[in-house]
Amino acid sequence: MFQIRIHGRGGQGVVTAADLLAYAAFKEDRHAQAFPSFGSERTGAPVVSYCRISTRPIRTHEPVLAPDAVIVQDPTLLTAINVFSGLRPGGYALINSARPFSTFELDPATVKAVPLEHRLTVPATDLAMEHLGRPLPNAVLLGALTAVTDVVSLAAVCEAIADRFPGALGERNIAAACAAHEIIADKIALTSKEANGAA
Amino acid sequence: MLREIEGSKAVAAAVAACRPDVVCAYPISPQTHIVEELSRLVKIGQLDCEYVNVESEFAAQSVAIGASAVGARAYTATASQGLLYMVEAVYNASGLGLPIVMTVANRAIGAPINIWNDQTDTMSQRDCGWLQLFAADNQEAADLHVQAFRIAEELSLPVMVCMDGFVLTHAVERVDVPEAEQVDAFLPPFTPVQRLDPDDPVTIGAMVGPEAFTEVRYLAHRRQHDAIEVVERVGREFAQAFGRDSGGLLHTYRTEGAQTVVVALGSVTGTLKDVIDDMRDEGQEVGLVTVTSFRPFPEAAIADALAGASRVLCLERAFSPGRGGVVEDDLRRALWDRRDDVSLSTVVAGLGGRDITSASLHEMLQRAVRGELAPLEFLDLDHAAVAAHLSAVGTPVPVTQGADS
Repeated sequence: MFQIRIHGRGGQGVVTAADLLAYAAFKEDRHAQAFPSFGSERTGAPVVSYCRISTRPIRTHEPVLAPDAVIVQDPTLLTAINVFSGLRPGGYALINSARPFSTFELDPATVKAVPLEHRLTVPATDLAMEHLGRPLPNAVLLGALTAVTDVVSLAAVCEAIADRFPGALGERNIAAACAAHEIIADKIALTSKEANGAA
Repeated sequence: MLREIEGSKAVAAAVAACRPDVVCAYPISPQTHIVEELSRLVKIGQLDCEYVNVESEFAAQSVAIGASAVGARAYTATASQGLLYMVEAVYNASGLGLPIVMTVANRAIGAPINIWNDQTDTMSQRDCGWLQLFAADNQEAADLHVQAFRIAEELSLPVMVCMDGFVLTHAVERVDVPEAEQVDAFLPPFTPVQRLDPDDPVTIGAMVGPEAFTEVRYLAHRRQHDAIEVVERVGREFAQAFGRDSGGLLHTYRTEGAQTVVVALGSVTGTLKDVIDDMRDEGQEVGLVTVTSFRPFPEAAIADALAGASRVLCLERAFSPGRGGVVEDDLRRALWDRRDDVSLSTVVAGLGGRDITSASLHEMLQRAVRGELAPLEFLDLDHAAVAAHLSAVGTPVPVTQGADS
């Protein structure tokens, strides 16, 4: 079972992001469950959503307390709450930002379990503005996630986006998601090249 | 059709497949997505029925009563304060023997105001004369609606389908959504036993005086007993027709050889199954009884399911203040013949949306196995917060007894 937790703010499509992941996983014949952390939804308020993906039926209905991946849609949350709480050793931390991960002043203990190559940032809001003209980073970040894990493919995420947002809106989100995927894939290629060069 | 779908939408699709003639509702969280989706299906022409926007939950249940009384298949949905607001009409629906089906997206009752899940709302209607079926997951939530219309119309009694608000209604999961063609083969058209018709006037719900009221109530009591067989049979027939064991009176999970058995209702049973698997792997003999039909209460089936248990733990998402569990009282009667050989503890959990985690359930079940549970406990109670409050406000002192006079 692979568990994802998404942190963002009301209006950023936090719940939709988890839903899209579940739809994408379903397309690849996996079992998937997506649900929000419920509250009085207000624009701008911190929102959390969860997604579980498994090859077996998912029975639990508890929140995701020990995620394999955490996606942060709004980096201003980093100083407000411990978004990486419970992140599993070897897990993935993906922040929506144009800045490198290392420039965030995080409590080292919170990301201790995250390998350097799993500490990722992608300028999802910038990409969303470029492709959609609106600051909606959710689908973009899913594109980035598919570059580092094989839990769902980019193609399945794109299909899920197209189903949910037919027409131009879906196409623009897909373009932005693909751009984010490419940025992360390039970073990984560069890192492994450097590692090989150093060896 | 197998779909990845939100619980509310799966329920709406299942209800639509039952071809209701009238859907009437007033929106309230966490029921809203169900009736929104039904109204959308009506608007785009996928569901041919009268969708009535009403001004309150009292009106919603009243419209359902009127519709059902003229022979229409009627459906509504509500939650929490909305259910309380329609209570007068809720009792009328069962008293009049009208086979309305209603979803309740279980939610806490205020004050203090709280929009999150527990089961206090439907437990408050334990004695209203409706059947109450509890869904363990979204597959069962969808399937129970198909069964609910069959059961309701066969018995001429209304049925409440209870599903945990948010936890199920707002969760996107894999559901095999019942198709209209499948449902058509399973659910015959509604043929009311009596109906209001201007061309053939009758009165229903006329006043009944002391000379016959007890008999009317006694017959209602008998009908709840009859319902046990109907719920069980319809569940079995559903399994044959749809190929999945969904609904019926109750489900047992790994109760073979289990000395300690948990009894629970609703979505927590999924998390409990995972915990029970882990504990079985650790060599601890624990099992689960999921109660689907709370009203009618399947006393004999429960007693059978618990026949091998020496420690029974009733996990409830509601309680009776000053007393304890609500389901507990029914369980106690089911276990009465074995009272010297079995212990019963009640754990109140998940009130007002508090998460029920597998870690807390695991710890609680381990204590149950060791016989350490008190007769009544509250899962994850913040004892420090309670102590701080009590020290701030003081412990109440009785002023009417022992006061200087």
